[in-house]
Parts: sequence; structure tokens; C-alpha cells
Amino acid sequence: MTADDPAGLSVEAEVHRGAFTLRAALAATPGEVVAVLGPNGSGKSTLLGALAGLVPLAGGRVVLEGVVLDDAGDGRFVEPAHRPVGFVFQDYRLFPHLSVLDNVAFSPQVRGRSRREARAVAADWLERLGLAELSRRRPDRLSGGQAQRVALARALAGDPSLLLLDEPLSALDARTRLDVQAELRRHLADFTGPCLLVTHDPLEALVLADRLVVLEDGRVVQEGTPAEVARRPATEYVARLVGLNLYTGTADGPTVTLDDGSAFVVPDHEEHGEVLVALRPSAVTVSTTAPQASSARNTWPATVTGLTLLTDRVRLDLDGRPPALVDVTPAAVAELGLDAGREVWLSAKAVDLEVYGRTHPRG
Amino acid sequence: MSGTPPGRRGSGAPRPVTLGARERRRRAVTGGGSRTAPAPLLVPALVAVAFLVVPLVGLVVRAPWTDAWDILHGSQAATALRLSLWTSTLATAIALVVGVPLAWVLARTDLPGLRVLRALVTLPLVLPPVVGGVALLLAFGRNGFLGRYLDQWFGITIPFSSTAVVMAETFVAMPFLVVTVEGALRAANRGYEDAAATLGAGRMTVFRRVTLPMVTPSLAAGAVLCWARALGEFGATITFAGSFPGRTQTMPIAVYYALETDPDAAVLLSLVLLLVSVAILVALRDRWLRGSTV
Repeated sequence: MTADDPAGLSVEAEVHRGAFTLRAALAATPGEVVAVLGPNGSGKSTLLGALAGLVPLAGGRVVLEGVVLDDAGDGRFVEPAHRPVGFVFQDYRLFPHLSVLDNVAFSPQVRGRSRREARAVAADWLERLGLAELSRRRPDRLSGGQAQRVALARALAGDPSLLLLDEPLSALDARTRLDVQAELRRHLADFTGPCLLVTHDPLEALVLADRLVVLEDGRVVQEGTPAEVARRPATEYVARLVGLNLYTGTADGPTVTLDDGSAFVVPDHEEHGEVLVALRPSAVTVSTTAPQASSARNTWPATVTGLTLLTDRVRLDLDGRPPALVDVTPAAVAELGLDAGREVWLSAKAVDLEVYGRTHPRG
Repeated sequence: MSGTPPGRRGSGAPRPVTLGARERRRRAVTGGGSRTAPAPLLVPALVAVAFLVVPLVGLVVRAPWTDAWDILHGSQAATALRLSLWTSTLATAIALVVGVPLAWVLARTDLPGLRVLRALVTLPLVLPPVVGGVALLLAFGRNGFLGRYLDQWFGITIPFSSTAVVMAETFVAMPFLVVTVEGALRAANRGYEDAAATLGAGRMTVFRRVTLPMVTPSLAAGAVLCWARALGEFGATITFAGSFPGRTQTMPIAVYYALETDPDAAVLLSLVLLLVSVAILVALRDRWLRGSTV
């Protein structure tokens, strides 16, 4: 996965849009599904636009399969129509005046096939995606899930080398989403080129992608496999997405001094200097009195500031040094009489703390 | 303005009104309060309606219905109507062929001086048609700065011919099409064009296969509007093309002259035009008579 991998995609993109600047570098190998995860306004869609040629780069370059698509340095630019890129838009953008079949046949036809051949290609794709019976429908007669699949078929029918998906599931209701997600995962696995998927939904990214790139404020703040990112979030935003408490501090042997002055006893690690400490909300114990003899090495007082009911547990928002999110059972909330303003003691075992070095954002 | 709630000014309980069953149903369905119009609004509104409708009623009442067929047949009506129909249709066709690309250029490009260009091409909308006729005459007349050479080099004389009629009508009517289509192009979702581009379509293909089909309703409305304007054209036509029966005397001009020689024929010719106008309104009802802002 080097920057010059002739078979994959390599991007160094700098794009200015008003006051916003996107400066991101990433690469993807053939067959790899990379999820670009980030909050709204982080530059995800701008990145896809730059890859498709809808937004020209202000700096950097885009190389796909050894072919330069955009190079701000020497001015080379391949128009969107000539890029081997399939784009599935967030709002699908199926042409309202064409049938499903003709929507999918659009790309083969404008790329030079005869009407009949193009329709044959389209029919083939519709068949593969299980949409054959919809081929004569107009887009406005499709459900959200169907429209999503038609949009995917339309993008794939152009035989792209790179597939881009912009929030592919965000327009779907929760129930359809799971079905479409499972199916999308299958189709993405069949795709032989690199695939970039933009989303703000961590679950979508975890399920669909081989690798995650987290974008914040136009910068890549973390990259890694879903498991790595979920275990060792690099920023507060990622930690919140994957549901972990994240603390920054300085490692000093068996303790980490947090930035707010408090300290954690941590398991053996090989980090020095600035570190991050991740803590699962369910690994923290809540008691109403100071624990006397306990195997937990970390105990500290805190005040409940909020309670949220998650399906089978209650997430407590606690203010203390340090603050924490803690998951407890609804029964525990009732028995301990936990409510906003209640003072409690928190404890966490040293082994439940994950200590790792701070990665510096690249790009 | 005091803080007194409405209906409670002075003393005593609020005064109730009687709501009939029908009004109660109406309010339950559409929501909202009273829909009765206060007199200061209702009376002027009725005056306006009367002013617009009464003359048309007069036209219908005054028409010599019994001899209608003979009068229409004996007069120049059929010839004038035929001339009007084909010239305005041709004018609309020309407007479509050059006006739609113009609308696209105005809506989709950022050429320098586009604002000035837009102002220039919409000028005929507000220009008195007779001025347009004079301008055409000065350009294409036998002594006009272009017409002179057409005449000298090619022996082509435009004024006072059917060609002049078509040109006058196109001049006056095309801006209606351009403005309508340009508005539709601006309002159209550019996202579809981006999508088409990522699917491999060049700009011309995008225009032909995506942009144009999506603005078809506005295109049709613009064409009808343009055609209606061309059909009713009088000032520019009579100035530039004159009034030669069979060659340049269109319906509106025929009506004007018939009023002096044969008032009955004038009324009937007017009715024919009225009928055409009503047909156009019916054709455009979805666009204008729904009361929406589309």
C-alpha cells in the first residue's frame, strides 16, 4: 500500500471551499473497502467530489491504477466524464425521466455502446443485484432500499475501476438499513477495484469497511482497521463514536498523569511521554460509598450529571476528575438511587485501561 | 394599540357569531379561521373582475352568431388565420432552435458580460413592439444597415414579406421562451448533471439526455407562451411587414382593419383569437391556475 502502487488509488488532496480546507492523504488497494468516517462538515463529501473530478484540487494529486487523474502541480486534469469512477450519491440522483433499466444503461450507452448492448449490460447488472423485476419502473416508484441498489447498479454498470459511495445508507429507515447493509457488503466484496465509502455512522463503517480513515476538520486524524480504531480511538470524536472514555495524559511508569491533574494506575506498557488512555463505560463500577478494600486500583469520586436509557442499560454521565461515561443496569440505578446530582464513587481496574501513544494526524 | 385582546374591547363577554354546519366543516377540514373577505378588499376585487371580464362578455354577446359562418368565410378571415398560424408556429420553432441554447448559455456558463447579455435579450419583453418593428426596419429594411447588402448582393428584400412577419414575431416572442427556460434551468437540480458526468456523459450528452428532459414541462410552457405572444403580435408586425392580405396581414391586423370596414367580421375574428387564448390557458392550467408559486 505504497503511494505509487500502480494497481490502487493514491490521493494527496488539498481542496479549498470558502474558509474550509481539506488536506488529506490516503491510499486504497484493489478490492479494499476504505470507510472515510467523520462528522458533518469534516470534508468527506468534498474528498469524494475531488476523486470524481467534480471538485478540482488546489494542491496534491490523485493517481488511480498508475494514471494521474488530477495533478495540481502540473495542471493535468481528467474530466469527470473520462474517469473510470463509479459514484453512488447520497440522494442517489436516479434520473427521474428514465426507467430503472435506462438509468442503469445510461453509462454503457454514453460510453459508446449501442442502445441494445447497453440495455443488455444493464439487465445483467439488475439481475445480479436482484432488481430484474423493477427494470421498467420509474425511480419515483421505488422504495429507498430499491433506489439505493439501483444507484449501485448504475454506478457498477459503467465498469468503474474505483467505486465511491457517499453515505450510502443514510437516506434509509433503520429497518431497511440493516437489509441493505448486509447486501451492500456482499456487492462491495465482489468489486475488484478500490472502494471508498463515506459515512458518519460508525456502525456502517465497522461493518462495511476493511479499513477506516477518520476525517475531522479536513484532516485525517486516524487510520486503521475497524478493530484498531474501535479499541484505540485517537480523538475524542472517535472515542465517542465507538463508545469509549478517552483521556489524554503523560505516562510515568505504572501511572499516567492526566491533563486535569488526576492520575490512573495502568497496566504495564511501553509508552513514554504523551499517551491516550481508553476506558470502556461498562468496565467502571459505581458505588455509593468509598470502596474500602478493593482490587480496583483506581477509585475516584464523581457526581452524576445525566442518565440516558440505552436498550438494556443506563449510561451515566459523571462529572469528576476525570469525568466519565459509565454503563450500569437499570436495576442498579434503582437500587443505588442514582439520579442527577448524586455523589458516587467510581472504580476501575488497571487492566481495563488501554494505554497507547498519541498518533499525529498525517496529511 | 392597547393590550386588550381582540373581541374583548370595552366591557362584557365576547360576542359570538353563528357558524353554520357547512362553515364548521370547512374550517375543520382546511383549518384556520374565518375566510370571509372584508369589504375594503372585496369591493375593489369585484371591480377588477368586472373590468377584465365585461369586455369579453360583450364580445360574445355582440357576435353575429347567425351569420357567423358566412361572414368568416367571405372575409379574409381564413387567409389571415392560416397566415397567423403558420407564421407564429414557425416563429416558435425558430425560438426553440436558437432560444433554448441561449437559455442554457445564460443559465449555465459564466461568460463575461452575461448580465448585460441577459438584459439585452430580455429587452423585447418590455420594449413597445412598435419600436421593435422600427428597429427591424432600420436593420433589415432596403436601406437598413444589413438589409441594404442583402438587397444589393443577393436580391433579398425582407420588409413587407411573410418572412418579415416571422421575424417580427420571433423578435417579440422569443424572450418569453428564453426567460421561461432559463428560469427552469436555474431551478433544476444540478446534481443530476454531476451524476451524468460521473457516468461518462460529456457536456452535450448531459444536455441532451438529462438537462433537456428534466426541463421539458417548462420548455413546453415557454413554447406555448411564445406561440401565443407571436399569434397576438401586432405592433412590430405592422411596422416591419405592413398589412398585405394573404402575405403579411395576420389575424390581429385583420381584426384592426375589419373594424373599419366590416365590424361583424372584426368581432368574429376576435372571438376566434379569444378561443385560441382560452385553449392556451387550459393547456397551461397546471402551471398558472393552481395558485401555487411554481
